[in-house]
Amino acid sequence: MSVVQAAVSVAVAFLAVAVVRTRDPLPQLMLFSIFGTSLALFFFVLQAPDVALSEMVVGAVAYPIVVLVALAKAKRRER
Amino acid sequence: MTRRARLWLFAPFALGVAALLVWGIRGLPPFGHYHGPYGFVLARVEPHERGATNVVSAVVFDYRGFDTMGEEFIFFASVIGVAMLLRAQRDETEGSPEDRAEGRRLHATADAVRMAALSMVIALTVLGLYVVAHGQLTPGGGFQGGIVLAGAPLMIYLAGRVLVFEALNPVPLLEGAKSTGAAGFVVMGFVGLFVGAAFLSNVIPLAPFGSIFSGGDIPILNVAVGLEVAAGTVLVIHEYLEQTLVIRGSR
Repeated sequence: MSVVQAAVSVAVAFLAVAVVRTRDPLPQLMLFSIFGTSLALFFFVLQAPDVALSEMVVGAVAYPIVVLVALAKAKRRER
Repeated sequence: MTRRARLWLFAPFALGVAALLVWGIRGLPPFGHYHGPYGFVLARVEPHERGATNVVSAVVFDYRGFDTMGEEFIFFASVIGVAMLLRAQRDETEGSPEDRAEGRRLHATADAVRMAALSMVIALTVLGLYVVAHGQLTPGGGFQGGIVLAGAPLMIYLAGRVLVFEALNPVPLLEGAKSTGAAGFVVMGFVGLFVGAAFLSNVIPLAPFGSIFSGGDIPILNVAVGLEVAAGTVLVIHEYLEQTLVIRGSR
């Protein structure tokens, strides 16, 4: 395992724990997006660019957008 | 049950799972040492059989193409599910969002955000088309390119052009595109049957290795999947935005 692979896997593990430990949905979602990016990077350094591309668009962009809109809707109801 | 008791109950099981994990991981081949024969066999056989430079693409659309068709219909079904769940319910009214803070002017989207988002539209469209069209050559393909393509109209929305975004979302057309994409995959499968071979067998002559039309029917399948994923994703985002923007709670 090269230095880059080791560094990225540590980042993935660190960010995953950070996502779980964040309780407020909005910061959690932002962290999740960063976690998705790190996971895409992880796939990339493991020479799986196809999977990295999918993870980048789904994990870092598409899923956060859907949750973001759902949060906006829920917040409006709460008031 | 007290917190302490729960911890005592949790500890032995956690230790058990940890032991199993350690045992299992110790049995894995060392990092980066691939054992299985299939990867080596495919890497050797694929260029002659399918002529696609991206072996992953050949695996996804040929060697396990039937599986991919199933995945495509999972996506299809989930888009329909979201549209069903989010449709205007009987006790909901459609209307423009009410003004919660009267007298406060809404901030217009900042010029910098608007410029950045709008300049991304063309870039995303070109990138998406490129990724879809080059699935057989370089990493990417219909799934990845389709979602990138779906990002282009989203940028218009981010630029604060909600009305343009809505105008760009002719729902019947999008639904048609999504269904055409899903059906296209199946039709390509039946083409294989009609010529007397198996479902999803390639019938298209292989172009020279590394050229854009190489890979037989893989580019066609990629376009079908790209169409479905792009249209389906825009539909889902449209449904969600409609929920927040137009449909309000109970009457």
